[in-house]
Amino acid sequence: MSNHLVTEGYIFILAMFVGFLLISKIPPILHTPLMSATNAIHGVVLIGALSLLSWAHGTLDLMIALLAVFLATLNVVGGFVVTDRILGMFHVRPGGEK
Amino acid sequence: MSPTGFSACFMCVRVVKNKMHSLWIALSYTIPTILFIVGAMRLKSPKSARTGMWWIAIGMIIAVGATMALHPNIPWAPTVAVMGVGAGLGILVAKRVKMTAMPQMVAIFNGMGGGAAALVALATLQRSVPLSVFANLIATITLVIGSVSFTGSTIAFLKLQEWLRGPRLGRTVGSAITGCGLLAILVMGFLNIVGRQAPGLGAWIMIVAALEGVMLVLPIGGADMPVVISMLNALTGLAAAATGFLISNNVLIVAGALVGASGTILTQQMSRAMNRSIANILFGSFTQTSGGLGTPGEDGGVMIEASHEDVAMLLMYSRSVIVVPGFGLAASRAQQEVRQLMEKLLAHQVGVRFAIHPVAGRMPGHMNVLLAEANIPYDRLFEMDAINQEFKDADVALVIGANDVTNPAAKNEPTSPLFGMPVLNVDQAKKVIVLKRGKNPGFAGVENPLYTRQNTSMLFGDAKDSLAKLIQAIE
Repeated sequence: MSNHLVTEGYIFILAMFVGFLLISKIPPILHTPLMSATNAIHGVVLIGALSLLSWAHGTLDLMIALLAVFLATLNVVGGFVVTDRILGMFHVRPGGEK
Repeated sequence: MSPTGFSACFMCVRVVKNKMHSLWIALSYTIPTILFIVGAMRLKSPKSARTGMWWIAIGMIIAVGATMALHPNIPWAPTVAVMGVGAGLGILVAKRVKMTAMPQMVAIFNGMGGGAAALVALATLQRSVPLSVFANLIATITLVIGSVSFTGSTIAFLKLQEWLRGPRLGRTVGSAITGCGLLAILVMGFLNIVGRQAPGLGAWIMIVAALEGVMLVLPIGGADMPVVISMLNALTGLAAAATGFLISNNVLIVAGALVGASGTILTQQMSRAMNRSIANILFGSFTQTSGGLGTPGEDGGVMIEASHEDVAMLLMYSRSVIVVPGFGLAASRAQQEVRQLMEKLLAHQVGVRFAIHPVAGRMPGHMNVLLAEANIPYDRLFEMDAINQEFKDADVALVIGANDVTNPAAKNEPTSPLFGMPVLNVDQAKKVIVLKRGKNPGFAGVENPLYTRQNTSMLFGDAKDSLAKLIQAIE
């Protein structure tokens, strides 16, 4: 269990570094899409909501879990569609002489 | 074959099966993790960003599918129904929203994620199985962060959508309530961690934390909201990571940490571009005094007003024009008119470039998106550092609804509240034309000495109207 925890801690810290690197690589013009993209990514909490459903007992637990699934799905799907729309706006001018 | 041999063989098949099973789990969560990171890295260029987003989406689908496959006891019918409704609603809302309303869309979806994390934590705390102290601590933190993010984002959405106005609550009253709430959360959180599983305590923590989210965001002005949304986004990321610790799921930990870290830096960069600290934005200061500092014309210089014909003439006979778009342009939805003006000028052999301040439109990159939507190619858009040296060679700097980001006081007036904020060197252009709604100072409530300069002419009125008249005059 505690071994597990240490590994998870490692993973967490390494992922934080990746996050720091990520933002330093991305130019400011793409910061809005980045914000929107990361917004969609943390919708992965849907997995948490789903695994909550797997052990939910009783009506209250079930309602809480289903509500969590609903909110997280909104976060994921809405986040992705908005990000895709934003990114679709970035055209390159064919030719591009200047 | 003897029965024992048979059963031994059966056992070994089972062991292999178990190993296969754990291999599947490992793979079905490792692949999404890799896809998330690689996909996010592809966001570094507009060309690769869209496919990067698809990689992330595929990772998400694999992770969700795997989770459902690994938990066969999930009640299928209601789960699929709820996910279907959520997905349908998400697509509907996200497709219909206007691009100018983008920041509040990010806010509301962010709040949903925070709410989901809080609910998972709440259910975990209410579980009849006793939790370890560490799990209890993580669940409590997730509950608090998730709830703050949920209500904070909702308030941010309502305020940006202009469905809600901040009440004139005194600073002291506000901070007293916030302080009490914080104390209550700390006490209850401590009780929860030490005393474990006190019934209903989790729900109370959730309620108070939700109230704190409201109190935190309610007094913040619209101009600062994107910074707050970015912060809440980072918080939801951390809540997701904490949920990952709670259910021992590495995908959640990685994705959450990724979002938390990049979101924190983004928040810092945004507030730095506005020359404010995050604490200053959250706990207020000079934004509250909007309009209180008098009009720039009162002390010293006089603003010179120009007619549309004059400006049209000037633009047509220039060699190079640098357009500086700001929030005023976004507010009056004048992007299409800007493009038309650009096309008219290009037809007259006038070079047109756009200078984009990092927080133009008060959200990094927001202005690029708005201009891109109007089919202005992004290779005509230049970031501040790339174009600041070019202003001195430009014939005209055309400022459309931008104010603080052009204020020369930020460079040479140590007493100005904006001093130190990076600004565009608009004042170095041979001629400056400012399109502005009225004579009031900008968001920061700071007057702009640019307007009373000799080489500056003002064109008052709504940006959309003014631009339409300019286009007419050129024709």
